[in-house]
Amino acid sequence: MNPLPDSLPDHPDRLWRSAEPKRSYDVVIVGGGGHGLATAYYLAKNHGITDVAVLERGWLAGGNMARNTTIIRSNYLWDESAGIYEHALKLWEGLEEDLGYPLLFSQRGVLNLAHSLQDVRESVRRVNANRLNGVDAEWLTPEQVKEVCPIVEISPDVRYPVLGATFQPRAGIAKHDYVAWGFARAAADLGVDLIEHCEVTGLDVRDGRVTGVRTTRGPIAAKKVALAAAGHSSVVAGFAGVPLPLQSHPLQALVSELLEPVHPTVVMSNAVHVYVSQAHKGELVMGAGIDTANSYRQRGAFHIIERQMAAALELFPVFARAHVLRTWGGVVDVTPDASPVVGLTPVEDLYVNCGWGTGGFKATPGVGWCYAHTVATGEPHPLNAPFSLDRFTTGRLVDEHGAAAVAH
Amino acid sequence: MLLIACPWCGPRDEAEFHYGGQAHVAHPEDPAALSDEEWARYLFFRDNPKGLFAERWSHAAGCRRWFNAVRDTATNEIHAVYRAGEPRPVIT
Repeated sequence: MNPLPDSLPDHPDRLWRSAEPKRSYDVVIVGGGGHGLATAYYLAKNHGITDVAVLERGWLAGGNMARNTTIIRSNYLWDESAGIYEHALKLWEGLEEDLGYPLLFSQRGVLNLAHSLQDVRESVRRVNANRLNGVDAEWLTPEQVKEVCPIVEISPDVRYPVLGATFQPRAGIAKHDYVAWGFARAAADLGVDLIEHCEVTGLDVRDGRVTGVRTTRGPIAAKKVALAAAGHSSVVAGFAGVPLPLQSHPLQALVSELLEPVHPTVVMSNAVHVYVSQAHKGELVMGAGIDTANSYRQRGAFHIIERQMAAALELFPVFARAHVLRTWGGVVDVTPDASPVVGLTPVEDLYVNCGWGTGGFKATPGVGWCYAHTVATGEPHPLNAPFSLDRFTTGRLVDEHGAAAVAH
Repeated sequence: MLLIACPWCGPRDEAEFHYGGQAHVAHPEDPAALSDEEWARYLFFRDNPKGLFAERWSHAAGCRRWFNAVRDTATNEIHAVYRAGEPRPVIT
């Protein structure tokens, strides 16, 4: 007997073609997360390069793209950072229309709380820097913070009192899975091959030039190879003997059970290391800081979560009876200056996009756009030129540690 | 959470320790003689293997002494702990 009634709807159409790897491509992108998919999309759309494969060792967008806390903002301190993140935010603002796919992009604003006099001074400085760069930013008093987000505790009697906050109204969140699916569908429609369960196990380099990749599904020749492997970037670049200034750490996040809408914006606090928003469905989504020790395990230490919850409760006493539904971890690649590495490598035709650490999601369309330009033309896009690998030799770092965003 | 065997105090909870990154990174004998590339390599580049990694820990909430461990970053298994100044043990 057929256990399924006849009235069941048909299985929905697949959003993208699942491809078998060809013998060769113009461009092979290593990593099928948000950045890899966005890069493939803009390679096809902006540069007409459609002979492209995106190789993913697991399932599409199942790494950090499935594990991030979906915060989107561009209120970074330095000109270089404001440039690329604001470019990304402007793309976010038209992305649903561009991809023809709903992303639940919600510009509900972000508050970055200040808890000490030093925080206040740095925050006001950052607001001013943002405005000079055309990034919307305001400084809010504790009372104004309470108006934007009524559940924040602003009493002066807590351990880390809220002395004010920066507010970027255009910041917000998006549904991370939909973002990946939107890019995947649009890229596949333009002819890009999306190949899952295809782990890169080696890079072929001849006479200082990359000629292809070796994978668990056989060798694939490539005119150009673009790495977008996030936490595993050191491993993959190591196949070509390219050292990267990265350390891979677990980063944890968690969600509560579904709650009534109580949290209208995004709240971040670097001092107490927690960031909180409420997803459309109703879960509180919270991110923590990284585990200090290097690890490629996609789980973190419990005491990090405990500390993060203590901080969250101090800021939001109303969460005291909320329950943790699920915690998880991802592996993030952190650079010494907390800024990404995007651009050329010492190996010809091998490009690298890595080092986004805890904050790569918000950059997805922006870095895809700029990285595609870099790969297509062989020259860095002006917005990612400052994030070259050789800045660690020249000393021209883009130091976003502490200045704008310890937690991204 | 890791259970880390301090060479002096025995197995303790990870929360008692402070992490010190890659072990056995010697300060250059003559920093002024290094090229910019070599100095950058010393300053900013550390190994980031998925596998065995020799790293420094300090028992910050215990004996407050530094020591080294060899840990597999793919599994978090700690294969050896040894005192600062001792050579990295060979793990087979």
